[in-house]
Amino acid sequence: MKGDTVHNVMTSIPGVPLMEGSLVEGSWPEWFAASRRHGWEEFQSLPLPKIKDESWRFSNVKALDLEAFRYPGAVTDGGDLVARSTGLGEAAARFVFGNNRLLAATAPAENLVAAGLVVMSLEEAAVAHADVVQEHFMAQEAKLGSRKFAALHRSGPVAGVFVRVPDNLEVPLPIEIFHWVEGGNSAVFPHTLVVCGRHSKATVVDCFRSADGAPALACGVNDLVVGDGARLNYVAIQQWSLDATAFHLNSTTVGRDASCLGMQMNLGGHFVRGESYSRMVAEGARSDMLSVNIAAGEQMIDQRTFQDHAKPRATSDLLYQNALTGKGRTIFSGVIRVEPGAHQTDAYQKVRNIVLSDEAEANSMPGLEIEADDVRCTHGATTSQVDDSELFYLLARGIHPAEARQLLVMGFFNTVLDRLPDEQLRGHIEGLVESRLSAALRE
Amino acid sequence: MSDTQTQLEIDREKGNFRYDVDYEFDAGTGLTEATIDYICDVKDEPDWIREFRKDALKKFLAKPMPTHWASHDLDNIVFDNIRYYLAQGRTPKRSWDEVPEDVKRTFERLGIPEQERKFLAGVEAQFDSEAAYSNIKEAVGKQGVIFVGSTDGLKDHPEIFRKWFGKVIPTGDNKFSALNSAVFSGGSFIYVPPGVKVSHPLQAYFRINAENFGQFERTLIIADEGAEVTYMEGCTAPKFDTATLHSAVVELVALKGAKIQYITVQNWSNNVFNLVTKRGLAMEDAEIKWIDCNIGSRLTMKYPGVVMKGARARGEVISIALAGDGQHQDTGAKMIHAADDTTSNIVSKSISVGTGRATYRGLVHVPKHLKGCKNNTECDALLINQSSRTDTYPAITVRGTGNACQHEASVSQVSAEQIFYMQQRGLTEGQAMSLSVNGFVNDLVRQFPMEYSVELKRLIDLEMEGSVG
Repeated sequence: MKGDTVHNVMTSIPGVPLMEGSLVEGSWPEWFAASRRHGWEEFQSLPLPKIKDESWRFSNVKALDLEAFRYPGAVTDGGDLVARSTGLGEAAARFVFGNNRLLAATAPAENLVAAGLVVMSLEEAAVAHADVVQEHFMAQEAKLGSRKFAALHRSGPVAGVFVRVPDNLEVPLPIEIFHWVEGGNSAVFPHTLVVCGRHSKATVVDCFRSADGAPALACGVNDLVVGDGARLNYVAIQQWSLDATAFHLNSTTVGRDASCLGMQMNLGGHFVRGESYSRMVAEGARSDMLSVNIAAGEQMIDQRTFQDHAKPRATSDLLYQNALTGKGRTIFSGVIRVEPGAHQTDAYQKVRNIVLSDEAEANSMPGLEIEADDVRCTHGATTSQVDDSELFYLLARGIHPAEARQLLVMGFFNTVLDRLPDEQLRGHIEGLVESRLSAALRE
Repeated sequence: MSDTQTQLEIDREKGNFRYDVDYEFDAGTGLTEATIDYICDVKDEPDWIREFRKDALKKFLAKPMPTHWASHDLDNIVFDNIRYYLAQGRTPKRSWDEVPEDVKRTFERLGIPEQERKFLAGVEAQFDSEAAYSNIKEAVGKQGVIFVGSTDGLKDHPEIFRKWFGKVIPTGDNKFSALNSAVFSGGSFIYVPPGVKVSHPLQAYFRINAENFGQFERTLIIADEGAEVTYMEGCTAPKFDTATLHSAVVELVALKGAKIQYITVQNWSNNVFNLVTKRGLAMEDAEIKWIDCNIGSRLTMKYPGVVMKGARARGEVISIALAGDGQHQDTGAKMIHAADDTTSNIVSKSISVGTGRATYRGLVHVPKHLKGCKNNTECDALLINQSSRTDTYPAITVRGTGNACQHEASVSQVSAEQIFYMQQRGLTEGQAMSLSVNGFVNDLVRQFPMEYSVELKRLIDLEMEGSVG
């Protein structure tokens, strides 16, 4: 690991209102500035979603008023945030951003860099790897309802990491990225772009955190491009403050015999809109889409997914699990689409809700659109509560009711967590889920 | 599977004929207040119905087409080209002898008289808008069952029917329920007194027989406390060159402990838009079961629903859809749980042949503070050819604890091994396919009354004959 760079600037955070226009700061190349202006025009021209829009059914469109948010000034104590950026014990590279600015970067080991691994800030990569970044940066249109917010992201001061794994390289440890937001009504624009070469292997972990409990806006995008035969694990751990509004838009492209495991964890946020679009573009592609969500208090987690089978013999497997308590609300709306000719598709989609309070509400809209006949596609949705007999079993053994409930819900989540291939990562995530759940159950 | 041309002619040949009928009353094409006045005048309806219709017309005109979620094929309906009211005479004929000769010939080709003698307790065959033939078996009448057309129901028994008319499905529920409320004619109004169990299914047979003539029947069935009734509705229509619109509203009310079973076999010709609103209200311990089979039409949009308003009420939808070349069967179910311990079950099976598209659209709603509600939904789709399409769009909302919902759907094709096995034993590919498909829907078909299930099996055989080989 080599030298850490720490930017530590003291300013008052508030900054410039979002609605005053696109903000260009830093050393971005002209193509990027142009894309940003285009994004701003598009953001302004597109209408706000309405509750009647099918892609916003059951959602809370009132949460989409972004008038109050601002492009924030720099964080007050970058060093402190860097010190608080603890997650995995060991990482191949670690980047920390706060209020859209790079706070610290730990580059990958020499031998990996020598082998061709690129992990650098998007700003740097937009110049140094302009062709690759330009080819893949938001190449897929946001199709699941949030075009307007994708345009806002494009127009904003995006901050994030570009990862390029060269052909045949296996990155042994996860690449870890932290995004912090600080100050009331601050808006952040995290972006992660991962391009995996043929037969490469990598794990990337995004951690989204709030420095305080203030309302904030996160408008994030991640683009994952998995080349032929490659394997990518991507985990997003969303822990924004319980007053935050967040958009996380994902687009994944999986190549021939390649495999991508994407996991979204929503532990924070007041209104969270997640969109995951996974496209199998060649035969033998596989996409695993996983999600663990806890909706407590007044939280709303609204997720839309799309499993797009463009070519034959591809596999996709989606499993989203939600635990709801307080007045928590979740929406799952997913589509498996099999394009004409995509025969021998094997696609699965399942959403499971466990409702722990009388005020919570789970909405499930699993969907299928099948235009090829030789396929196996199934979906399922279940909603239930903690099983009384299971609870009784634990209580009979002297376990405190709150603890017993927590144990049972953790057991419920383990079905998803068990699918993470990395032991270290799994243990870390389990700890985060457990502590959030424990707090949520006592709220 | 081999992707050859599909033939969907066969069964609809049965309805593919037409006699010229002199319509005594014809409201002309297009829909305005004048059309409604015309209908009211001809039918000699009381003022409150006239008001009801006019109010509905306003709602119909104000509502947009639901194309933000539904098929854009709806935009091809030209409302100005449709005849909204046609009738031969004002009073339904009471005995077979009074039925005009050419109308009789139409029914004879459909095989109604034989069926009636053998199986049916009552026939309310709707010939275009009015009930041209109406016969309730004496026994049913003696039990106090009222079985009349919509006009007679509202005019002669307002004390029974007005209370529920338009209450289960409000006029403004959707654009097409508003349209029906504005121009409805024909259909059946049935009242079954407390404790009466109607042993034979009541049946009505609907046909469309005038080009560009939309059929807007209105049905209201009330089963009083502890009563039981089964109603069957079958549709065939002659073939026409231009599109026809069929838009019915069916309301069911099952009071405490009552049971209603409503069976539909829909086989409109390939140019009919079939946009139907069906909903039942189930009170305490009541049970409503929709058995729905959609084979014909160009586009069907039909989602039978049950509002479970009383504790321990039960709702059920059994649905079979067969979408052939050029057809879109957009069907499903709606289950609104509105009381404790209510249970609902949805089983839907669809088969897409050729370029056919079958869509399941469902809604299950369990609001908060209810306990012990259960829903089970199963949707299975079978795809026969490479260009066949199927979609599934359920929406399930559950609030609070103490309820359980599960939904499962699968899409598959007929297994090549099964076909191979049967061909080995001397069946043709078509026969093998037919057998497989019949097996796929067999458990649902068995829930239909005998003559319907026999007919359904035969229909599937005919559909499958052209689909392979």
